[in-house]
Amino acid sequence: MTDHKTLTVALFTVFIVATLAITVVAGRRTRSAADFYAGGRSFSPLQNGVAIGGDYMSAASFLGIAGILALSGYDGFLYSIGFLVAWIVALLLVAEPLRNSGRFTMADAISERLRSPQVRVAAGISTIVVSIFYLLAQMVGAASVISLLLGVSSDASRIWTIVAVGALMIFYVTVGGMKGTTWVQIVKAVLLMIGACVMTVWVLAKFDFDISHLLGAAADQSGKGDGFLQPGLKYGATDGWSRLDLISLGIALVLGTAALPHILVRFYTVPDAKAARKSVNWAIGIIGSFYLMTLVIGFGAAALVGSKAIKTADPSGNTAATRLAEHLGGGPGSNGGAVMLAFIAAVAFATILAVVAGLTLASSSSFAHDLYAGVFRRGRTTDAGEVRVAKIAAIVIGAVAIALSVFARELNVAFLVALAFAIAASANLPAIVFSLFWRRFTKTGAIAGVFGGLISAIVVVALSPIVWGGASSTKPAVTLTAAQADKCGVPAASTSVGNATALVSCTKVAPIPLENPGLISIPVGFVCAAAGTWLSSRRRTDEDDVAFEELEVRSLTGVGAH
Amino acid sequence: MTAQTDAAAPPAGPVPSAAALHNDPRFRELRRRFRWFVFPVTAIFLAWYLLYVLLCAYARDFMAHKVAGNVNVALVFGLGQFAATFLTAWIYSRFAARRLDPLSAQLRAQAAGAPAARSTDPMAGAAA
Repeated sequence: MTDHKTLTVALFTVFIVATLAITVVAGRRTRSAADFYAGGRSFSPLQNGVAIGGDYMSAASFLGIAGILALSGYDGFLYSIGFLVAWIVALLLVAEPLRNSGRFTMADAISERLRSPQVRVAAGISTIVVSIFYLLAQMVGAASVISLLLGVSSDASRIWTIVAVGALMIFYVTVGGMKGTTWVQIVKAVLLMIGACVMTVWVLAKFDFDISHLLGAAADQSGKGDGFLQPGLKYGATDGWSRLDLISLGIALVLGTAALPHILVRFYTVPDAKAARKSVNWAIGIIGSFYLMTLVIGFGAAALVGSKAIKTADPSGNTAATRLAEHLGGGPGSNGGAVMLAFIAAVAFATILAVVAGLTLASSSSFAHDLYAGVFRRGRTTDAGEVRVAKIAAIVIGAVAIALSVFARELNVAFLVALAFAIAASANLPAIVFSLFWRRFTKTGAIAGVFGGLISAIVVVALSPIVWGGASSTKPAVTLTAAQADKCGVPAASTSVGNATALVSCTKVAPIPLENPGLISIPVGFVCAAAGTWLSSRRRTDEDDVAFEELEVRSLTGVGAH
Repeated sequence: MTAQTDAAAPPAGPVPSAAALHNDPRFRELRRRFRWFVFPVTAIFLAWYLLYVLLCAYARDFMAHKVAGNVNVALVFGLGQFAATFLTAWIYSRFAARRLDPLSAQLRAQAAGAPAARSTDPMAGAAA
């Protein structure tokens, strides 16, 4: 079994060396602030579309969705669909107007017509919070995934993995800026699509390209029968709250994407709005075909490897895709199996590195451009000064993310991805949409919307079963392992624990039984933005109307766009 | 490049005649076409998605119904979401290329000081 590890490490090394070289070359060509923040606005729609796919298809969506599909069947498909359909909101409402009205960051587009430093601060804070939550989820996930892929499980190896991933992402961002990061995304996305394609065709060939046959075999091998092919295994509890939780997740996924800062900044890397539209179309094609392939990969893993074997290797199913690769190549111990396993593991590793680099770039750009240059220095900076601050911010944010991830490495932080989407939908989307389309929108409305959405999403999660794990009708008692019972401080036969990985208490019942805050926090965000606007409407002036008309002209025609 | 340093102020690219452009009948027409397409289509598309999520939550017997072999309604409905996404993206892009882009190109040309109307060069007056 050591041969596949050697090969995996060798492929990891090749990827790291290649991307470092690309980053250094891109860094030499990065001179102005527009180069650093927006890749010189010189990427083609196809390049940017592939890079959007690279930014968006995280390890969570490759390994995670394949794992959920392999273990819980159809419910994994709900995630894929939410992640894909969200792009229509981005395409129709956000991509082109945002490209025309902003410069480097999400806050640019929101504060452009409101001309208020406070709005810029609010949007900057929200950008950084969303990106860091997402980053933490990726880095802690990366530690366990890479440990699994390399077959090492000591605590020290997890810490070193986090540190190494963090150091690489800091290097990509500080040296390569947006140009380097974009090329890393492109390389990763191409590798990921090749890996997914190979596995999909291979799985389908094993079933003579008969989908029904594949589905039947997956249902049989899952041990769950036809229920495996129907919604409800993961979101299966029959009481009202868990159904609402499913709806809450669906809404947050579909509305969050169009307001994720690290995705929005990608629209600035192309020359104009038309190119932004085309790049979203490429992204939709790439992301859509990728999620269709994960469906085959996930069900294929269930059918060929078996849900039980996958669950034994990793309870959350993160190894479903790699186990399937090994099986396709000829099974454990064979040369083909080792090659396929190493290849898919390297693809997953590339995926993790590229996504964390994109997140670090978005948050450090926002810190330098929105908070430092826009507010602390009131715009009295030079391009070079701003970029220097962005690089320092990338190092600081990266170091903070490494420290937090090491601290949180034992926690179940997968919920942070859903939380990041929910905050984006609750705090950012109302401000973006109202700012672009609502004449009467005011800065008070924008600030109220951002903080109302941000705070309500965090409060709902803080009162949810993620933090308070007591058993209730929504969270039925789970069977505890000895280690879990010990950690929770209850006897192993206890029936008072509904979520053994709860962050604060395993036995206190959560005041709000929703794990996904979107259903509450998204309406709160929109209502706060609207209420703030109405309450401050008497302070609007003719200048505000002029500013809105300028924004309308700019966002629809591109006149005066950067 | 030093002009591009004031992040909080209006961006450097000037909008010389924003008010004039805003009153231009072609701009009004562009805005009308954009809004009449984008808002209803977004609403219909989100309603179609919400219907799917609601059926997954509340109509599991219906979703479990088998259509052909092991392919059930849930799978067909799910693939229908993919189809709707691809279709909507294609329809919008066609609409934008035919109904929006020519008008916005004319307005950009006007703002750049070129003789109005006939110029359809999409880069005229765009971000420099």
